[in-house]
Amino acid sequence: MEKEVYSLCFMCSVRCPIRVLVKDGQVKWIEGNPQVAGMEGSLCPRGSAGISLLYDDQRVKSPMIRVGERGSGHWRKASWDEALDYVGDKLKDIIEKHGGHSVVLGERTQLATHVSKTFLKAIKSPNHFTHDALCKGSVNTACRSLFGYTDAQMSMDYKNTKHIVMYGRNLFEALEVKPVNNLMVALEKGAKLTYIDPRVTITATKANRYWMIRPGTDLALNYALIHVILKERLYDAAYVDRWVQGMPELQDFIHPYTPEWAEKETGIAANGIVDLARELSQDKPSVIFHFGYRGANHPNEIYMRRSVMILNSLMGSMEAPGGYFFKKGPGEEGGKPARKLTEQEFPKIEVPRFDKVGTPDFPLPDPNHGVGQMLPRAILDEDPYPIKALIAYRFDPLMSIPDTSLTKKALDKLDLVVAIDINYSDIAWYSDVILPESTYLERTDSIQQANGLKPQMFLRKQAVEPRYDTRDGAVILKQIGERLGIGNYFPFENMDELVAWQLEGTGFTMEDFAEKGFVAYGKKQIFWDRKTGIKFKTPSGKIEFKSSLLEDAGFESFPAYEPMPSPPDGQFRLVVGRNALHTHCSTQNNPYLNELCSENELWINEKKAEKLGIGNGDMVEVKSNKGSGKIVAKVTELIHPESVFMFHGFGHEAEKAARSYKKGINDALLMDNISDMIGGSPAMHETFVTVKPV
Amino acid sequence: MSKYFMLQDQQKCIGCHSCEIACKTNKGLPAGTRPCQVIQVGPKFFNGRPRASFIFMPCFHCENPWCVSACPTGAMQRREKDGIVFVDHNLCVGCKTCISACPWGAPQWNPEIGKVVKCDYCMDRIDAGLRPACVTVCTTHCLSFGETETMPVVKRDRYARAMASTKGAAHLE
Ligand code: SF4
Ligand code: SF4
Ligand code: SF4
Ligand code: SF4
Repeated sequence: MEKEVYSLCFMCSVRCPIRVLVKDGQVKWIEGNPQVAGMEGSLCPRGSAGISLLYDDQRVKSPMIRVGERGSGHWRKASWDEALDYVGDKLKDIIEKHGGHSVVLGERTQLATHVSKTFLKAIKSPNHFTHDALCKGSVNTACRSLFGYTDAQMSMDYKNTKHIVMYGRNLFEALEVKPVNNLMVALEKGAKLTYIDPRVTITATKANRYWMIRPGTDLALNYALIHVILKERLYDAAYVDRWVQGMPELQDFIHPYTPEWAEKETGIAANGIVDLARELSQDKPSVIFHFGYRGANHPNEIYMRRSVMILNSLMGSMEAPGGYFFKKGPGEEGGKPARKLTEQEFPKIEVPRFDKVGTPDFPLPDPNHGVGQMLPRAILDEDPYPIKALIAYRFDPLMSIPDTSLTKKALDKLDLVVAIDINYSDIAWYSDVILPESTYLERTDSIQQANGLKPQMFLRKQAVEPRYDTRDGAVILKQIGERLGIGNYFPFENMDELVAWQLEGTGFTMEDFAEKGFVAYGKKQIFWDRKTGIKFKTPSGKIEFKSSLLEDAGFESFPAYEPMPSPPDGQFRLVVGRNALHTHCSTQNNPYLNELCSENELWINEKKAEKLGIGNGDMVEVKSNKGSGKIVAKVTELIHPESVFMFHGFGHEAEKAARSYKKGINDALLMDNISDMIGGSPAMHETFVTVKPV
Repeated sequence: MSKYFMLQDQQKCIGCHSCEIACKTNKGLPAGTRPCQVIQVGPKFFNGRPRASFIFMPCFHCENPWCVSACPTGAMQRREKDGIVFVDHNLCVGCKTCISACPWGAPQWNPEIGKVVKCDYCMDRIDAGLRPACVTVCTTHCLSFGETETMPVVKRDRYARAMASTKGAAHLE
């Protein structure tokens, strides 16, 4: 028996559309959905390794209950009923004694997020958070401060761009298939790529212009670009007149930030900065200054991300072909979006969030995502109140939140840690109960509302039966909910019923997805009229350079630039990133991906290495004030002398994930847990380390 | 040579290895067995700009294949109709002679079955009218495959367009 199934990849959160071939109940082949432009068969390496995940015999094969100390790795197999009863009983007890708000659930944003939010709302807990803040909380806040939209509500028209500028957005290595292909098309048509990064990446090798910037000084570069653009009137004057609020304030502010000033701070030649500004102006409005994927580097992150988006605004590229666009929802075509369980009525919640987002202490981060890195301190200080239980749903606080030792200490204080995960992640290993989720090939998921130039809906559809004793995440939450007396909030028995419920009123049914894997509300691309029709959602209806969001909360729109310190003698600024073969900390144990990349190395500048007596391939000790570890040195001219670099997501501690166990270092072990307290991102490039041969 | 070509557009290749994984997935191979491989050279600075090459190395399906001559059992053979060099697992005794005979190390050892596997241009797929696994899945569509007469002229195209847009334009001014 052979069948084809259209579905969505989930080797990373991009969710590329895929076509899966199944023979006799086995997945034989996965390719990018040939009917989707920009995919046409393509998959990134992680997507290609999907079958390798499905058949990985080192993933969690049945519910597990811990028998030894936390983290000791002593487990016993349990039935689903037993494991769910265990979790249900514990939670019931905790909720009775300490209230629903003592329960926190953290996850990587996903299609079932509306189910997890429903779970928490029903137990009267405000404490849902996603990994978003850890990745780009400040990008989100920056975008809201300027446009009234989050970064997730806008995107870029890569295919038609004439010039794209990326600050460490390593697009040809930290892959999303469609953007990669669309940008390739643009480059083929002659578009320019300017790439700025203290490290030479694959993306740098494809760039027309590459600048090895002094780490942490992108903001200075941007201020100088703005300076030139204003001074030489290189901006789109009509657009700026119509849409921008706060030009005079920007003019005043930007005055001292000359290219010559920036040259000293960034190491980039002043005339190069002037040339770039002029070049971009010639291609406006079809230019993109990329707002970044991970925007979580420094405590002033929000101002760096605002500067990027101010540049886009000056070029008039917001809502321009080849620039940015705001994502259009079904409403633009007179359609209705899929329903979410969160539209139900819930009991009122009176307490603040654990991270205090939305209170005067931390007013601006997006409460839809919260700020996950606040969790360890909230637990340890019992501030704003005691937290007793954590459900980690395909999110690993031990690797994703800076300062792993601090996070561990906090976890030790909890009465219950539950992991819903596919793999033996580090948090699964450190939990009390593991509830194993089926892989994306083994389950149907909630509807993906894909807003964009053309509003669409996609469906992740089960291709094969679960290979092991695993379940759908949404069903797992429902089944815990039933044990807490909140089963009525989950009006479905299985995923097909949930999808049918979601589709009610949209005019589409599940069968409509069978042929292509998606449905479209309309046929044409929607751009709003750039002269009259851009629906900015700020209070002024304009792009707010002078931001009411910031100023009403007591923050400045244009704070003076603070120089980025160089590391003290003998130290380096730790910089982290991704490569094409791994998704954050979740794929290191995948057999095929592990074969190609099984551990991380420490990139160090050759001149510095020579002074320290470190040769290429030597084992070194890297040490911060938070932790230390041993790692292989990669001695190279490809990195700025002030920084050392490593890939994120290695150094796993779960013994059962044997391929990745103790391979390389976990970057979070070295980092300090500090944040941009306006935007919400953690500051992941604020740690200095020493390196010595061992 | 076989009657097919396999072309890699280096300018578009990003060295992501998706092609390798697709190849292994299609053939169901264990770790360590790699019928094709992308070899990265660089990055290195040229005139201040970092550049890297990624060289896609499948089997070349040689006209007079060393591997075929070396194979003692006739397992390694050249397909009559199109010149694809492949190994017949019913005849392969796992002696590995072909592995040493091939100048590029293209034949690979599969420890799970104790036999050699190699790039066979995915002949089951092309016989079914599909493109090879690596070509289908390549992230950037930089691989192309077909019969020699239909070989695309990507590089000439690009060169011509570059001339037209830079020198050409300058000439017109
Ligand atoms: S980018 Fe790669 S891993 Fe992510 S969804 Fe797409 S194919 Fe899958
Ligand atoms: S295996 Fe080696 S010798 Fe044999 S056809 Fe391929 S490239 Fe030629
Ligand atoms: S043509 Fe087939 S066998 Fe050869 S390298 Fe590509 S995927 Fe592998
Ligand atoms: S999949 Fe394509 S882009 Fe990636 S390494 Fe292979 S040939 Fe290059």
